[in-house]
Parts: sequence; C-alpha cells; structure tokens
Amino acid sequence: MENITLLLGIVIVTALVFDFTNGFHDTANAMATTISTGALKPKTAVAMSAVLNLVGAFLSVEVAKTISGGIINEDGLKTEVIFAALVGAILWNLLTWLLGLPSSSSHALFGGLIGAAVMSMGWSSVNGGTVVTKVLLPAVAAPLVAGIAASLATRLTYRISSRTDEKATSKGYRAGQIASAGLVSLAHGTNDAQKTMGIITLALITGGVLNPGANPPLWVIVSAGVAIALGTYLGGWRIIRTMGKGLTELAPQQGFAAQTSAATAILASSHIGFSLSTTQVCSGAVMGAGLGRKGGVVRWSTATRMFVAWGLTLPAAGLVGAGAELLTKQGDWGVAVTAALLIGGSAVIWSLSRRQPVDHTNVTADEIGATGAARDGEPAGVVTTAIAAVTPPPAGALATASVGAPEPPMSENTASVADPARPATV
Amino acid sequence: MKIDWAALGSVFGVSLVVTVALVGLFTLGIVGLSKQEQARTATAGGGTGALPARLGAYACFALCAAAVSYGIYLIVV
Repeated sequence: MENITLLLGIVIVTALVFDFTNGFHDTANAMATTISTGALKPKTAVAMSAVLNLVGAFLSVEVAKTISGGIINEDGLKTEVIFAALVGAILWNLLTWLLGLPSSSSHALFGGLIGAAVMSMGWSSVNGGTVVTKVLLPAVAAPLVAGIAASLATRLTYRISSRTDEKATSKGYRAGQIASAGLVSLAHGTNDAQKTMGIITLALITGGVLNPGANPPLWVIVSAGVAIALGTYLGGWRIIRTMGKGLTELAPQQGFAAQTSAATAILASSHIGFSLSTTQVCSGAVMGAGLGRKGGVVRWSTATRMFVAWGLTLPAAGLVGAGAELLTKQGDWGVAVTAALLIGGSAVIWSLSRRQPVDHTNVTADEIGATGAARDGEPAGVVTTAIAAVTPPPAGALATASVGAPEPPMSENTASVADPARPATV
Repeated sequence: MKIDWAALGSVFGVSLVVTVALVGLFTLGIVGLSKQEQARTATAGGGTGALPARLGAYACFALCAAAVSYGIYLIVV
C-alpha cells in the first residue's frame, strides 16, 4: 500500500463515492414497494436493506474481473480513464436522483467508461455489439420479463384470495413482501458492491500496487461494503417515492407480487447468464403489478420520463465521462479541475434537492408541498431548469445522430458530440 | 454480435413460472390460514375442519421458505 499515488487515491475515493450513490440510488429497487404498502416503516426498511447490502458485500468472493463486461477493451486502460468514467457515472446518478427517476447505476458506469475510453483510445476501444447485447436489449427485455410475470402473479393472487377478508390477509402479504425485498437487497449487495471492489482492484492493478489477477485486499472489501450500505441507509427517498407511489398505486398483494417477480427475475438473470439491470427489473415489476389488478392504472407520463432517462443514461454519462477524460488528459491540473467540478456539480445538485426535500417523513405522503403536478409547475421550476440545463446536449446529439458515423446507434450519440473534440486529442 | 436468445428466453420462462408459482402458493397459504381462522371461530375451539386447512397452509409456506432458501443459496454460491 505504500506506493499509492495521489491519482490512485483520488480514484479509490471516487469509486467509493460512486458506490455510495449506487447504494442510495438503488434502495428504491428493494424497498420502494415495501415502504409504500406499509409493510415496513421507511427507516426500518432502509436500515434492513443497508444491513443486507453490507452482508451481501461479504458473501461472495467472485470479484468482477472486468468492470465493463467486455463493452470496452480494458487492456492498457489508464487510471485517469477510470476516474473520468466514475465522474460521469456519479453525476448522472445524482441528476436522475434529483429528478426522482430510477435509472441503472451500472449503465451509468458503462456510459462513463465508454465516453472516457473513446476520448482516450478512440472508437476501436468500444465493442459496439456488446453494447447492444448488454445494455440496449436488456433495457427492453427487463421490464417486459418482470412486468409480465408480476402482472400474471397479481391477477392470480387476486383470483385465489377473492373470497377472503382483505384485512386478515394483508398481514401475510406484507410478511411475504419483506422476505422477497430482503432477497433483492442481498442480491444487490453481492452484485453492486462487487462491482466497486472490481473497479478499485483494477485501479490498484493498473497502478502497479497489486499483481495482475490479485484478489481485492480486505480494506477494499470492507470499504466498498460500508460505502454501499451507508448510501442505502441514507435512502434515495425521491426515487423510492417515484417507484412506490409515482408509477402506480400498490395494494399489499400487488407489492408482494411485484417484489417476488423482481427477486425471481434478478436471480434468474444472474444465474442463467443474461444479465438484466436490477433497477429496470424492479420498475417493470411495479408497473406489471399495477396493470395486473382490475382497474389498476400506470401513470404513463412518469413511466415515459423513466424510459427516457434509461435511454439517455448511456450517452449522457458517456458525454460527461468524455469531457472529464479530456480534462484529465491535460495532466495533474486537469485531474484537479475534474475533481473540483465533480465536487461542485454534486454540491449544486444537492442544494437544488434541498429546495423540495423528500425524506422518510413524507416519502409516502400523497402530496409533497405541491408535488405531483408541481413537478412540472412552479416550485419545480428548479427541476425544469435542471432538465433544461442538462438534457440539451444529448438531445441535440440524438437529432444529429442520424447523420452519423457507421457505428451502432447508441454509440453514435456520444460520437457526434465527442467528435468536435477529437481532432484535438488524436 | 451474437444475441443469446436461448438465455433470454429461459430467463423469461423461469421468471414467469417461478413467480406465478410462488405467488400462487403463498396466496393459497394465506387463504388457508384465514379459512382455518374462520372454521375455528365457527366451531368454537378448533373443530376438525380447521386442521387440513392449517396443514395445507403450512405446507405452502414451507415450499415458499424452501424457494427463498434456494434463492439465498444462489446468491451465496
């Protein structure tokens, strides 16, 4: 550990920050429906999820040997590229949190990596086919798989229990829901904390501190587990609110069906080998459960915003990652500027979030100040400004993409935007 | 680019079947327990009708618990 350079230190801290945002971004996956159906009190739910995340981090020793799963060529990956990728992923995670939109933290990381790698090593470092099979296709498949299962299960459970007293049964459903939510938390801890351990280990290997193929040292395992658990405990209340109440209203039966289908789909996907994003599986399950009940409604406007966020995750995080890599390439001062921008950007997002706080006291309330409609209205002028400030670049990219390069569609978005800067870097 | 349709298909199939089976079982268990409750209050003090309903409910819950344990096993190993 004695020859950890300053840059390496910064990367490790940034990776832990990413792990932290990953934790509070994804609390919603396991606990949103549990909180909204009243199965657990908000604080109890996030505490349980945090503990299970921490336990999950220690359960498995199968560390992710590649951080991108083959999306980019990781040979000769430089430490600052990892740093730039993390900056992109963190900022996108914070922004979607501010907007209360569940989006995949892994896809944000992939996006950041793609952007940073392209900026650093050119387009040949990105494997376009893998982007389609690992990011685009699962984004479509995950909500369908979990949603169909959840809606059928909801239908079935309403049919079987139609002649029993609702009060007597809801207690049982809540217990079942807690069990399946626990499984989701545990699986999340094993997967996502592992991811951060993988990143730190890879950074240590590229920095020459560890030998190639080494397992992560104990301090890496502990700090990654603690970071994700802390993030989870802090609770991404905004996203919990969207998933628990914003997409649809859930009764205990539906919450149970949704959570069970999410847990099953996550476990099935990680063991059959077609990896699906936890966030997308859970959102799909919630919508499916909403549709499965007679007269159930899904708020498609919220769902549409969520789908748009999924689509933008890769290009947006990629853009930020590319920009960050452009800066870090300039040398030490570039790294310092990037770090300052990351801290500044996070502070701005945090202070924006304070104007209309969502926390454990009002997470299941029907109205937050004037939320709901106000999201697009007056106090949420903040939110609108934030969207306006951030979305134009990728939106413009989408528009120009059709003109684009002979790359697969997802890469084009980043391509056309990254292009102007490329001549300077190649 | 090779899309592994077989893996996607089996994730889809397994998720669907397991979810519906588990939710169905659990619901049967809950219904069984509430039936047993009704039977008990009806016959005042545990009539014979309560026993099969209760046993059935416990069997359903046991199967669900087994599924959860298998899930934990999958996560750990």
